Amino acid sequence: MRTISHNQLYSAVVDLVFQANFSLPAHVYQALSTMQATEQKPLAKETLSILIQNADIAAQKHIPLCQDCGSVIVFLEIGTGVTIDGNPESIIQNAVADAYKNHYLRPSIVKDPLFDRTNTGSNTPAFIHTEIVDGSSVTITVYLKGGGSENMSSLKMFTPTTDIEEIIEYIVTTVKQAGPNPCPPLFLGIGIGGTADVAMLNAKKAVLHKEPHPQEQYRKLEGEILQRCNKTGVGPLGFGGKNTVAMVRIKEAPTHIATLPVALNLNCHSLRYRSIAI
Amino acid sequence: MKTIDLYTPIIESSVHHLKAGDFVTISGTIYTARDKAHKKIADLVAQQKSLPIDFTNAVIYYAGPSPAQPGMPIGAIGPTTSYRMDAYTNIMLALGVRMFIGKGSRDDEVKKLLVMHKAVYCSSFGGAAAYLNQCVVDAQIVAFEEFGPEAMYKLTVEKFPVIVINDIYGGDLYADV
Repeated sequence: MRTISHNQLYSAVVDLVFQANFSLPAHVYQALSTMQATEQKPLAKETLSILIQNADIAAQKHIPLCQDCGSVIVFLEIGTGVTIDGNPESIIQNAVADAYKNHYLRPSIVKDPLFDRTNTGSNTPAFIHTEIVDGSSVTITVYLKGGGSENMSSLKMFTPTTDIEEIIEYIVTTVKQAGPNPCPPLFLGIGIGGTADVAMLNAKKAVLHKEPHPQEQYRKLEGEILQRCNKTGVGPLGFGGKNTVAMVRIKEAPTHIATLPVALNLNCHSLRYRSIAI
Repeated sequence: MKTIDLYTPIIESSVHHLKAGDFVTISGTIYTARDKAHKKIADLVAQQKSLPIDFTNAVIYYAGPSPAQPGMPIGAIGPTTSYRMDAYTNIMLALGVRMFIGKGSRDDEVKKLLVMHKAVYCSSFGGAAAYLNQCVVDAQIVAFEEFGPEAMYKLTVEKFPVIVINDIYGGDLYADV
């Protein structure tokens, strides 16, 4: 059995938090550049140009990409052939707290949602989703989600015989109504099927898929949703333009005979995450 | 793009020529205030207690910066979503605020009040927090330090870029797109 030390896991998480906060993944940066080139309206073009400059300044000067350094969402996959020297969840919480403090990242988590909205000061707890997988490595993904775009999340429980057109309409309407609030152009994660909670979690996971869906019917649906959202005219930061959504990704799951949950994760233009296998 | 340069304090006549969609830069003093600061200011007003600053012709920026690194006046400082401050905007306008900077749409009541009080609502560039950091030359906490990132900061800015969303004539950029 392979053993991963406390320090290996701790250092990996600190590094992921750092990378995610200060530099955009290459494909996200590329998407901004592509959209900037295709916009015609001067304000839309200028806005995307500012967002690209923002990414450059963040990386060069070590200023966070966004002042909202997010809720920290961690996807942890532990192989059956590996043991971790210590409780992985507490190691991750400590690493997140230290990384936020040492890199001057904004803590945004409050202790209790209703009765004690005092900032915990460490941006913890991180929200950790652990899965046991085959193999002898540990894969850690750190995903930062800002509050403004998280507030635009949506879940709808459709009836099983609903026409796909109705689902597309719901998605396009949600994006249009959110308008400027979630900081478009959006990276749109869609969870379909499972139970309500599974759909929502899959919407979070879907947005981290770099590649389109492997199945053709879902890939086509992603394309159709992208095209329809971009006809809304919301545009970069809601100032008007062609690019309201940069990317659409779907993650589906088997579901109950009576249900058809559809969950939407509207991620802002600053899709911040990093992943590593150790 | 063509820009209009404004200097604080922003008096009423300065906003007469601003129209929804204009690209404006602000130089001078602006104050941050977000959720908790608004609630606190509303409480102080209700209790007729003294306020931390004079809001006459002030610019309020809905923002909660990340901590400053050594050698920098402030950290990342982009706008937060504005609708959460809608319920307090009436109070802020009555105190004399001339311009609000945030991001995202406002409710119909706020739009009406802006026209009535001859004040404007602008959006800065959401998620361009490192870029906007470069426009801040000084930052001092003026109130509510205990709120951490939600404290009220006095910022000295140079050519801080914003887009006019709601002008004093009822113009609304978001409704037009």
